[in-house]
Amino acid sequence: MKRITKVLTASLFASVMASAVQAQTLVYCSEGSPEGFDPALYTTGTTFDASSRTIYNRLVEFKHGSTELTPGLAKSWDVSDDGTVYTFHLRDGVKFGATDYFKPSRDMNADDVVFSFNRQLKDGNPWHDYANGTTYTYFSSMGFDSLLKKVEKVDDKTVKFTLSRPSAPFLADLAMDFSSIMSKEYADQLKKNGNMGDLNQKPVGTGPFTFVAYQPDAVIRYKANPDYWDGKQKLDNLVFAITPEASVRTQKLKSGECQIMPYPNAADVAGLKKDDSLQVLEQPGLNIAYLAYNVSQKPFDNVKVRKALNMAVDKKAIVQSVFQGMAQVATNPIPPTMWSYNKSVQDDPYDPDKAKQMLADAGVKNLKMNIWAMPVSRPYMLNARRAAEIIQADFKKIGVTANIVSYEWGEYIKRAGQKDHDGAVMLGWTGDNGDPDNFLNTLLGCDGVGTSNNVAEWCDKDFQSLVDKAARTTDKDERVKLYQQAQKIFKQQAPWMTIDHSTVIMPMSKKVQGFQQDPLGFHRFDDVSLSQ
Amino acid sequence: MLQFILRRIAVLVPTFIGVSLIAFSFIRLLPGDPVILMAGEHGMTPAQHAAAMHALGLDKSLPLQYLDYLGGVLTGDFGSSVVTKRPVIDEFFSRFPATLELSICAMILAVGIGIPAGMLAAIKRGSVLEQGIMGTALIGYSMPIFWWGPLLIILFSGILGWTPVSGRISLMYYFPTPTGFMLIDSLLSGQEGAFTSALSHLVLPAIVLATIPLAVIARQTRSAMLEVLGEDYVRTARAKGMPPRRVVGIHALRNAMIPVVTTIGLQVGVLMAGAILTETIFSWPGIGKWMVDSVFRRDYPVIQGGLLIIAIIIMLVNLAVDVLYGFINPRIRHT
Repeated sequence: MKRITKVLTASLFASVMASAVQAQTLVYCSEGSPEGFDPALYTTGTTFDASSRTIYNRLVEFKHGSTELTPGLAKSWDVSDDGTVYTFHLRDGVKFGATDYFKPSRDMNADDVVFSFNRQLKDGNPWHDYANGTTYTYFSSMGFDSLLKKVEKVDDKTVKFTLSRPSAPFLADLAMDFSSIMSKEYADQLKKNGNMGDLNQKPVGTGPFTFVAYQPDAVIRYKANPDYWDGKQKLDNLVFAITPEASVRTQKLKSGECQIMPYPNAADVAGLKKDDSLQVLEQPGLNIAYLAYNVSQKPFDNVKVRKALNMAVDKKAIVQSVFQGMAQVATNPIPPTMWSYNKSVQDDPYDPDKAKQMLADAGVKNLKMNIWAMPVSRPYMLNARRAAEIIQADFKKIGVTANIVSYEWGEYIKRAGQKDHDGAVMLGWTGDNGDPDNFLNTLLGCDGVGTSNNVAEWCDKDFQSLVDKAARTTDKDERVKLYQQAQKIFKQQAPWMTIDHSTVIMPMSKKVQGFQQDPLGFHRFDDVSLSQ
Repeated sequence: MLQFILRRIAVLVPTFIGVSLIAFSFIRLLPGDPVILMAGEHGMTPAQHAAAMHALGLDKSLPLQYLDYLGGVLTGDFGSSVVTKRPVIDEFFSRFPATLELSICAMILAVGIGIPAGMLAAIKRGSVLEQGIMGTALIGYSMPIFWWGPLLIILFSGILGWTPVSGRISLMYYFPTPTGFMLIDSLLSGQEGAFTSALSHLVLPAIVLATIPLAVIARQTRSAMLEVLGEDYVRTARAKGMPPRRVVGIHALRNAMIPVVTTIGLQVGVLMAGAILTETIFSWPGIGKWMVDSVFRRDYPVIQGGLLIIAIIIMLVNLAVDVLYGFINPRIRHT
């Protein structure tokens, strides 16, 4: 045993020594395997971290650490007066990262941009269905198949997008992962060689890092793109060590096997904060968890009943019990970090006595209802069952008998999307592009009624006209005003009990410098470095 | 003997069809489908959903899907993953060596410690040693992997710092893996320290995975041994004045091995089940973790294909056990 110990200690020592020499290799203990490396095919953050945010760029980018937009591969753009034609002027001298499997012969140009969108838009495009059951889910769910009329090359450095209607969130959508720009030259090479599927396995992009290798479920290796248009990264190598268990990630971080990790267990956070070699970043997440009353049903069609139920629940208890304080009680349907958040809106106070009285005034006695609890843990709601139990107990105090129901996740979403679903559904949302439209219109707009987006089945004319107007206006100040009014109406009408916005925790070694938490939940490693 | 083996192989055919049918239908009995799960909270319109289902060929009738699938399997095509879009067979064999390496090491541990421990317990019947061995085996048998694994990590990796936390090899090593077996590939790579690193990564997961089979094998060896030691021929051998080591080692052990070999064969299934949890805890890139993820994603082709390939492997192992059985005990060949 002694000998084994010696050998193991020696090897550990060797690895520590070696990592000191290769200081500019950052190891990130990621939470799961990417589904693939073509971001347009997928919708999960795990895949985006490994593909779009490391390897690719977009015409427009989110500024690092914020939801503000900044020029990406497009250095500038013009919008027509009617808001339906966007003309992008591309940056010069942008190179695709060279890899073992592809050496680019030219710089990025308009052909690449047109290719990246047309493959998703056009049915007849050979890349529209290049792999088994290709579906461009995000492209469709953001409404791009009806919004985007055509994408045309004007000249090598100019691309024109024509929309079917004006849309203020369009630019933000172009900063999303599915809008990543791929190399047409590489795609042509793959097509010629008959291995089109490699577009999803061996990525080529203009981003800060280039892909080196992926060993499924174990490791992804990247190296800095030497020709990156925004300057070579300080990190030479980036490694994703795939570690699905949160407690194991924590141990790996503590033992120095990785320098940064996402999603710690709430119970481990206190211990991580105490560790002298670590720093723990925190930021309110761009998300919301809510309980949506089905307002198309009695007695939830009565706003007084909804308000009374909202006042019956001690939301602080949920934040404490489910998140151990790592969340904040939600008032508005958008998180406080989002622009246009209306600070003047007051939450319904926790007042069980008044709630009971209000129910009686509304003529509701012995109310029996269902509360739906998600079967899975989500960033905005770690334990839906626990939260539902707290709500159930609080409801009981005002004489409402609640029954908790749950279904398998896919089934849950499907059933919640049916207009006649019974009771109040717990669900949530994480922002896609930092635009308030992506919360207010997507989750509460009339178009969402009868789908899994608007499970309150709430369609309010005044609210809708405000968000519609805001979506057509490109003047940001004007939009802020409209969205703030919309939030007021939302609170008056109370289609949801707003529950929480969770806090995102990022523990990392103190050596990690320049890492910024991203409100959209990405884990980006551009501009990150390691101190000795 | 040949006839015996052929008979055993013939039994595999209906089993294979049964497994393929079960693998195909059970996963479809689960509510939800891959398309809905991929969209998540974003939802889809019914038209988008239908188009995606069509693209995946999931809009055909179930019998038609099954026949398509069976036809593919018989020609060696297990389909492609709905999620990663890669062929199932490639996905499987890129991960299988990891599981196999872990399972073999766990099995060597379980057999190498389990059989001697069981024998010792049988020979020293009634002693404190027997009580100790059997008590430990009972604890090992009752040890849930999801608790035992993290416990060992916290102790040996966290507090003592003797072993790495997870993975197959230190990330500083990067070399091609032609065999997929990290112990072999690390030797082939010629990189200094690579083999030690691979071995140190293997220790904890192998112990965790071996724990339950080890306990089962020790208990089975002990009871089989006790039974055999009470037989007349053992008494006769002792009466002849044969040295005790020969009595136990030659006469008793060989006969006691029959139920033990069966048990070892059955533990292959237990290892596969245990591998799922062990791999998840130790971030071990094998098929266990892969299958679980696929169930959550409703990746039908992967679950079907994966189950079928695993079933084929287990059937082949059982066949080998049956044949081995026939060697150890010639009477069995004629039943």
